[in-house]
Amino acid sequence: MTGRLKMDVRSQISMVFHLDKCIGCHTCSIACKNIWTDRKGAEYMWWNNVETKPGTGYPGKWEDQKIYKGGWVKKNGDGIELKGAGKPKSLTNIFHNPHMPVIDDYYEPFTYKYLDLIESPAGDDQPTARPISMITGEPMDIKMGPNWDDDLSGSPDYARKDPNLESLSPAERDAMFQLERMAFFYLPRICNHCLNPACVASCPSAAIYKRGEDGIVLINQSVCRGWRMCVTACPYKKTYYNWSTGKSEKCILCYPRLEAGHAPACMHSCVGRIRYLGVLLYDADRIESAASADEADVLRRQMDMILDPFDPEVIASAKSNGIADSTIDAAQSSPVYKFVKVWNLALPLHPEFRTLPMLFYVPPLLPVMASVTTVDNREQSEKMNPIAKQWPDSWLYDTSTKELFGTIDEARFPLRYMANLFSAGDTTEIGDRLKKLMAVRLHRRKETVGDIPEETVKQALADTGLTPQLADDIYYLTSLAKFNDRFVIPAAHREQAIEMMEFTGDVKGNTGFGFKAGTAVRGS
Amino acid sequence: MNVLNTFLFVAFPYVALTVFVVGVIYRYRQKGFTVSSLSSQFLEGNKLFWGTIPFHIGILVVFFGHLTAFLLPRATLAWNSIPVRLIILEVTAFVFGATVLVGLVSLMLRRITSARIRAVTTRMDIAIELLLLAQVVLGLWIALGYRWGASWFAADLSPYLMSLVTLGPETEAVFALPWVIKLHIVGAFAILFMVPFTRLMHFIVAPLHYIVRPYQQVIWNWDRKVIRDPGTPWSRARPNNN
Ligand code: SF4
Ligand code: SF4
Repeated sequence: MTGRLKMDVRSQISMVFHLDKCIGCHTCSIACKNIWTDRKGAEYMWWNNVETKPGTGYPGKWEDQKIYKGGWVKKNGDGIELKGAGKPKSLTNIFHNPHMPVIDDYYEPFTYKYLDLIESPAGDDQPTARPISMITGEPMDIKMGPNWDDDLSGSPDYARKDPNLESLSPAERDAMFQLERMAFFYLPRICNHCLNPACVASCPSAAIYKRGEDGIVLINQSVCRGWRMCVTACPYKKTYYNWSTGKSEKCILCYPRLEAGHAPACMHSCVGRIRYLGVLLYDADRIESAASADEADVLRRQMDMILDPFDPEVIASAKSNGIADSTIDAAQSSPVYKFVKVWNLALPLHPEFRTLPMLFYVPPLLPVMASVTTVDNREQSEKMNPIAKQWPDSWLYDTSTKELFGTIDEARFPLRYMANLFSAGDTTEIGDRLKKLMAVRLHRRKETVGDIPEETVKQALADTGLTPQLADDIYYLTSLAKFNDRFVIPAAHREQAIEMMEFTGDVKGNTGFGFKAGTAVRGS
Repeated sequence: MNVLNTFLFVAFPYVALTVFVVGVIYRYRQKGFTVSSLSSQFLEGNKLFWGTIPFHIGILVVFFGHLTAFLLPRATLAWNSIPVRLIILEVTAFVFGATVLVGLVSLMLRRITSARIRAVTTRMDIAIELLLLAQVVLGLWIALGYRWGASWFAADLSPYLMSLVTLGPETEAVFALPWVIKLHIVGAFAILFMVPFTRLMHFIVAPLHYIVRPYQQVIWNWDRKVIRDPGTPWSRARPNNN
């Protein structure tokens, strides 16, 4: 514990998304759109979007920083610098930012001329509703949409161009795209409300800031001047330029809802109940060293920054930093803390971008799990109805294995791919977490169905450092958790929320109608 | 004629300056949301490059050139006393003026030809672009037709402008100038007048403070250490976020 005496403890509202549970329904995106981005200039923005992986995502190939120049990179000497923005670059590129995505990298927003369906004059042809650009109002041909590659559609153009495939061998890649082996999962994304936000650092006007109280990253719309550097700098492409107002906008984590004790709209509406939200306490003194660690170390250093909310020393420093007791309570019952630190199940997306993202993902086990084997099952197929013979006879989707974690090690979804997404390429980190998820499953299978030998399960739990109790806890929070278990929102002190914006003493002594001056005059 | 001259070179400059100062402060403080560069790079980035870069670089050089001659007339005259140096100065100024023209014209063409840019064009954008165009054309015309501006500006116009600043307008020299130059002067004040009403506001908020601020920025709504300290009077702990 020595050396920890000097800590700058801060609280951060952070999130866990459990990817095995996401059904790709986009309800979250719609909930967000309806509340926040259904406005002129913001039609194309999806503060919350859900992508199919493998896929190129939104905006196209956003992860490829060779194109977009987002995030931080290590300097030649010490420390880190913004890849495509920063003091010299933001100021010299202010008239024209060479690394800025344009609307076509996202998609041109459109609607349809529905009225034509009803009001067209009688004719030989069916009337059609033509697509109309929501920018120019003119007819257009739709070339892209926010989920153009949903469920692997158009794969040669999209899934195969996934930047995370780059370090895979051609054989591994081909294997992923054989029809019989194809697998995918969904990746819902919002702003990560990073601890070392590139967007904040890149803003020449100092319009972007992190809220001290809860770590939410916001853009002050009255201070933003539309210099657009944040759009380049955010490696997740989660700041968006409103082409109509000339201001940049981003996810606000529904802070007005949070202050009132409600979960953010995307999380509240999540059909798969994949989303968890809670407080993490972290040591702000370690931000710089974690962000500038060697690439292989960034992930571990980021995890190390997150503090144990039960440690008396942490509690003491938190209190001396002015963190409210209610926030410390919330940190102690935070589902995020459990997933991220206690169980070590969740990982940040692309930690190598060095923004220290505070949205964590429990990696998906399902697409990894089953392997595909070629077997001789002629006998079986002869019994089949001829129509069913559309399927080649020799492929078997195999989820059984003699080896305990065999399906993970020989996964049809290369671990390297998952590692490129969630652990800066480190396959052990991601492998460990998947094995844990597998062990929980084996344990529950034994409990509920009982067709797995006790010994096997014991072995699995021991290998992954779990106990039956822990496995049950994980199972509970994963599958059964109720609203209040999934969202432990620290009291923002609704009664104080107004005081964040104005000093209530100013209106003290008012008549109740807001005109203090009048009363004062009459009283005097 | 004198009435018109007095209006254009005494009254109007003061009106323009007042509107500029009051308008800019008012808009900055009360209507911060409307102050933006209104960049359209997001809608169209390639043609923009060939317009915005020459335009901005040119106008910066030309603006600071005028400013130097205004603030340091003696130094300017001394520099110009050697013909080679005068010619270098004049040629440079002309080249950058021409750069502004090239940039501005290509920006205007882009605005006309691109449907997406037309969608974000306001009437004020057109007004200010036409005004700037006129100003640049007049400036180039003067540079070619009334040599050597770098010297007579310092000798005739700097004292006039300075006299405006010191609230004792001396207008004789200006009244006697050819009408092209007069128009250019009026144009300059007209541009100043327009700043608070147009996107020109963005040059006022050029983000130079970025150089000195730390990269990360955290804002606490409350200084919780202060509000939790029973020794602090309640009325002294104020939120800092607004
Ligand atoms: S994800 Fe992007 S926009 Fe969000 S805080 Fe991080 S750098 Fe900023
Ligand atoms: S609402 Fe939930 S389950 Fe549906 S796509 Fe969004 S994150 Fe996935």
